[in-house]
Order: sequence, then structure tokens, then C-alpha cells
Amino acid sequence: MGLLALFRRTSSTASVAKERLRIIVAQERTTRGGPDYLPLLRRELLEVIRKYVNVDPDAIQIHLENEDGHEVLELSVALPEKAKS
Amino acid sequence: MTEIIVVTSGKGGVGKTTTSASLACGLARRGHRVAVIDFDIGLRNLDLVMGCERRVVYDFVNVLQGECTLKQALIKDKRIETLFVLAASQTRDKDALSQEGVRRLLDEMSADGFEYIICDSPAGIEKGAHLAMYFADRAIVVVNPEVSSVRDSDRILGLLASKTHRAEQDDSTAIKEHLLLTRYSPRRVATGEMMSVADVKEILGIDVIGVVPESPDVLAASNAGTPIILNADSDVARAYEDAVSRLLGDTLPMRFVDQPKKGILARLFGT
Repeated sequence: MGLLALFRRTSSTASVAKERLRIIVAQERTTRGGPDYLPLLRRELLEVIRKYVNVDPDAIQIHLENEDGHEVLELSVALPEKAKS
Repeated sequence: MTEIIVVTSGKGGVGKTTTSASLACGLARRGHRVAVIDFDIGLRNLDLVMGCERRVVYDFVNVLQGECTLKQALIKDKRIETLFVLAASQTRDKDALSQEGVRRLLDEMSADGFEYIICDSPAGIEKGAHLAMYFADRAIVVVNPEVSSVRDSDRILGLLASKTHRAEQDDSTAIKEHLLLTRYSPRRVATGEMMSVADVKEILGIDVIGVVPESPDVLAASNAGTPIILNADSDVARAYEDAVSRLLGDTLPMRFVDQPKKGILARLFGT
């Protein structure tokens, strides 16, 4: 460290780490507490969808919610703007 | 009344055993009757950190299988009257541990008058880790300010909230959860190379019971078999003492989280 460090402060790796963790932890929490098959279900669905559309691994969101005593499994798939067929 | 405290993390090498040994010593030094149990079946290590490795005759699994009494297996610490160690088994397979067996053992210790039982969890999320946390009243999640450790800690928090006795009973209160940061370097936090206490706390969303600075003293202590909290000259010991006080309900400001102030010359030309 020294004089140069004063100018280097802007590119902080810690803030990159924090941002990456914020995203992955939020994603992993959506399947927390749900049945153990949810991550596998998510992965297999992704594989099937990818046969037809080139979607991003983050494009599938699975939510399991408890509404008035029954569970609702909600799937949302974000398709890319120009889907390759 | 006995309080069962699990020291856990998910990731290996973050300081679970160091923390278990120091918290157990700290609590016992304040007059409480404390037992610390190594749940890492097959990879016994707590005995080395506690410095009692040559006095292990019977272990955890021997007690569970009725090959000896609890009294025979508990190793009395030579430094602190009220501190006892229960070593992990070295050779047996992991199936030797059962939920029912662990429950019986903890009940017996509780009946024997132990005020605190510290369960030193193995890394990972397998059976040993599961049983270490299952009966806990309180959990201390040891975390390094580093991406994989933080992510694994979140996974462990998920398990604490779902796969434990308290989580499974409708009528009991949830496990009290705390973070304990280890290997913290205020200097690297100041330069933006390391996530801060606030960052980790914000991501994981639970309160911090202690911040232990990175220090060569930790290796020296484990080399010697003296829990680091007994090294009165070390900031690490002071940080663990603070954590023990907070465990006992005190409110203290967090020490060793800010970089020592440097003069302007040192800041411009310093190391």
C-alpha cells in the first residue's frame, strides 16, 4: 500500500463479493425449506427448456408458497428477447 | 438448566474447533460447569486443540454404545476445574451416532449438572453436522469474510431453521442464532479487499456475537494445545472473551474491527 492505494480504492473486490453473494444467497433462499427435489426440478426444467430456447441459468425462478393451507408452486421463466429457435 | 450450543459453519477450516475450545474455556473460567463435545466422528481434533490428546481413553461412541460410563469418557481439563472434554471417536463409522443416542447422552449430561454443552460440529452438512445442531438451543455460525464461507453459512442457517428439534416442535421457540466472524483483517477491509462485518451481517441477516481478528497467535495456540482464549496477551483472546460476555447477555462494543489510525506520512508511504 502507499500513495497508489489512494487512487485504487474505487475497484474494490469486497463490493464485488458482496454483490455476488447477495444474488446467490437470495436465489438459494427461494428453495430453502421446500421439498428436497426443488433444486433438481429446477435443473431438469432448465434442461428441457434449453432444448428449445437458449435461456440463461438464472432465467427460471421457482417459488413455493403457502396460501390458505394449500401450497402453490410458482414457476417463472424469463425468455431472452430474441429467442433462437 | 442446561444450554446446548452448537458451533457450526458448513465450510471447513474457518475456526469451529478453535472457537469451541475458546468459548468452552471462557465460560468455564467464569465458574460455569461446561462440557465440550467433538462431533467430528473419524476426524478427532478438539482434543489436540484443548491439549488433552494423550489422556483420551474413551470417546463419544464408547459412551453411546455403553462400553463405558459418561464419567469415564469425560476428560477433566487440567487448567480449569469446571471444564470437561468429550473426544470424538477415531476409528468407528459414522453410523455409530444416532439421534436417540445423542439425545440420551445430552440428557445424562444435563442431569449431571452441566450448565453449558458446546457441540463442535464437523464441516459439511452430513450426519455428524446434523446431529451436532439437532438438539441445540443456540447456534454460533463461524464465518470468514469470504464468499464460500458466507454462502455455506447461509445454507447452515437454512438447516438450523428446518432440520432441528426446535424447528420441528410447534410449541418451542426457535434456536438463537449468532454469527462469529474469524480471520478478520481491518486493514484489508479498509482497502476494500475484504468484506466488512456490516457486509456479512447484511447478507446473512443475523446478529454478530464476535469478531476475531486474523492473527498468528491462533496457530501458536493450537501448536501448544492451549486454547487461544488463555493467551492473555492476544487480541484474539480479548475478542473471544467479549463473545463469551455477549453469550452471557452483556452488551459490549465490537473491538478489533477498525484499522488502527496512522499518521499522514505513514498513510502516504507506509507499508
